[in-house]
Amino acid sequence: MTDPSNEQKDASVGTTGHEWDGIKELNNPLPLWWLWIFYATIIVAIIYFVIMPTFPLVSSYTAGTLNQSDRVNVEAAVNAARLERVERGAGLGDSSMEQIRSDTSLLEYGLAAGEAAFGDNCATCHGRGSQRIAGYPYLHDDVWLWGGTLDEIRQTIRFGIRADHDQTRFSQMPAFLSDGILTDDQVGDLADFVMSLSGSGGEFDAINRASSLFALHCASCHGEQGLGDQAQGAPNLSDRDWLYGGDRTTIIETISFSRYGVMPAWETRLDPITVRALAVYVHSLGGGEEETVSATE
Amino acid sequence: MDVADVKAKTEAAPGVERHDVEAVNAAALGSLYKAREAIYPKRVAGFFRNFKWFIMWATLGVYYITPWIRWDRGGDLPDQAVLIDFAAPRFYFFFIEIWPQEIYYLTGLMVLAAMFLFLATALLGRVWCGYTCPQTVWTDLFIWVERRVEGDRNARMKLDRQPWTGNKIARKSIKHTIWLLIAMATGGAWIFYFHDAPDLLWLFPRGEAPVASYFSFALLTATTYVFGGHMREQVCIYMCPWPRIQSALIDEDTLAVTYRKGRGEARGAHKKGDTWEGRGHCIDCQQCVVSCPMGIDIRDGLQLECIQCALCIDACDSIMDKLDLPKGLIAYDTDLNINRMAAGETPRFRFLRPRTVAYAIILTVVGSLMLYGLLTRDYLELNVLRDRSPNFVELSDGSVRNGYTIKIYNMLPREQTFVLGVAGLDAPELHLVGDPQTYDVLPPLTVGPDQIRSVRIYVTAPEARLPGTHQSPVTFSVENTEVGTVNTSQTVFVVGAR
Repeated sequence: MTDPSNEQKDASVGTTGHEWDGIKELNNPLPLWWLWIFYATIIVAIIYFVIMPTFPLVSSYTAGTLNQSDRVNVEAAVNAARLERVERGAGLGDSSMEQIRSDTSLLEYGLAAGEAAFGDNCATCHGRGSQRIAGYPYLHDDVWLWGGTLDEIRQTIRFGIRADHDQTRFSQMPAFLSDGILTDDQVGDLADFVMSLSGSGGEFDAINRASSLFALHCASCHGEQGLGDQAQGAPNLSDRDWLYGGDRTTIIETISFSRYGVMPAWETRLDPITVRALAVYVHSLGGGEEETVSATE
Repeated sequence: MDVADVKAKTEAAPGVERHDVEAVNAAALGSLYKAREAIYPKRVAGFFRNFKWFIMWATLGVYYITPWIRWDRGGDLPDQAVLIDFAAPRFYFFFIEIWPQEIYYLTGLMVLAAMFLFLATALLGRVWCGYTCPQTVWTDLFIWVERRVEGDRNARMKLDRQPWTGNKIARKSIKHTIWLLIAMATGGAWIFYFHDAPDLLWLFPRGEAPVASYFSFALLTATTYVFGGHMREQVCIYMCPWPRIQSALIDEDTLAVTYRKGRGEARGAHKKGDTWEGRGHCIDCQQCVVSCPMGIDIRDGLQLECIQCALCIDACDSIMDKLDLPKGLIAYDTDLNINRMAAGETPRFRFLRPRTVAYAIILTVVGSLMLYGLLTRDYLELNVLRDRSPNFVELSDGSVRNGYTIKIYNMLPREQTFVLGVAGLDAPELHLVGDPQTYDVLPPLTVGPDQIRSVRIYVTAPEARLPGTHQSPVTFSVENTEVGTVNTSQTVFVVGAR
């Protein structure tokens, strides 16, 4: 189909001489304002060249009259964020859990800062999310060796456990076999007894044989019912949670050679506000305990 | 073609080859660039001109007045009928309030608009361009101002040729001042759609309005003034993609502003008393050309530059009246009928064509879906996000705990109190995170008007009542017990492999 108007156009503007399948490329002149816009972009480019950093030199670059620098901007932004962190985190200082809870912005800040610091410093051993690593307490549950209130958690983080610090949390269980206190058989009987405390097995005769051994060697720290004592970091033996493992072999190993888990004192590594934020975060993971009237630091 | 053949044919002198070409950019072919030639559209009167005035005032009226319409929503919600609130973020349209997660309504609206445009184009050609496109509407308004200040076509041409006299300077400056005022009003009205209008009108002149509003105001003022006053048809011809797309949407059955060449040709001047036998009805008076805002000749046929504003129809009809000839030498007609008429056949209109039917079906389906969605829309939404890391936590007494983050969307403009229920487990213990108490039934939760409340909940199944499977379905529900609105959300409770 030929359109008469196209033929007229051919005549008025001509074609470039290019033709494909009967379709000719018209040689329409460009609107003049397109040319102006092209010149305008050149002018803008020159202005940009003058005011912004544009051109690399041997060891530096042309800075531009505006002195714009993303490096400086980012530094300023980071510094501002740091200042804001100190400012917002300052409230975490001596607030009780109740105070932090009622202050939404403080709580949000604490949780966010704590989560970040946890990932950087704690997750290596304590794991992320559902990761459970034998020998390192799982922080999502309600089991606390040294107490689960905000202040107790904070103290544990600050001074560590069996760490190189005067105020560190410290406890030591004798290695009953290797220290020569008990024999192989006695340790085996004791393991059966310990398992029976949480209702997870144990041979009847062995339990009977070991009851006096438990009262003599273990009850002073773990309690007569094996309920543990957070004041001295003695684990509760009657619950379902096992730090190193609840099978007979692992329990025998624990009694025979003892355990000596260590957590660093973070006070010397992190600033106080980060430690508080970490305490708030760990407390929020699901097992945080409330401060009772009798709890004193 | 074989190169050797060409050579053989063209020798300038023995042994001297002559190329049979013309210089691509030969001076004879004209400059590479072409300055815009001013177009002085002549005033016309008639049905289409009146219709266009009506459309122009109607669309401008809608544009300028809409942000000032008030609509009481109660509470602290804005009382502006149409408001796009980016800060909230909400879109208010009279009784409809769209939340960001319902952005699909906007998608639906876009599909509807596109399909409506396709359908209108397939049936009636470029009606969008001719009547309702903002470029057309504002250009029409600017030309109206120009005509009021400088006079009609001939007066304007004369004025432009004149040297700069006091009269010319006065007229030109009045024209540009009015243009700029209109442009500022255009940019000014735009920003009212994004901020409470009376409030913004108060803040704007004081320099206290958001920066974005000044930027939008400046941008729209500049584009309106430049596009409507100075570029006009250049925007349609060189900048707009729509004319190109439209050529794929129209076919030989599409109505378009057309010169009925069968009736008009052969054209020529006509003296009083001459017979109309043996010649066309076009007297070549060029009224269609001088009235055209795009500067084209409709008699050249369908062309890209034609926005089909139908002003040439009015211009031609008034001439036909004078000559006592029937109107409609230029009229809305189809390509098919033009050829049928030229061949002496009867015109035929086909509005039901595969493409129009398809567009209509899509329009109906999308429109119905949108309407259904809007009518059955929930004003209460519940989102439950199960903790995945950890999936579940075994507690020291052998019970298992799962954590859930619950979001309650109160999409009504008043505060509501909800009862949150958990079904599917045998008497679980419930904890609101941050609240030391253990609940069998959670305390009622209050959600503010038009707000989202997020709570974390721990659900603990005691060892004695653990579900038998390692994953069992749980249903959370929120209920406003006063009015009975309920929304539920399904999730699972995981106890792990045991």
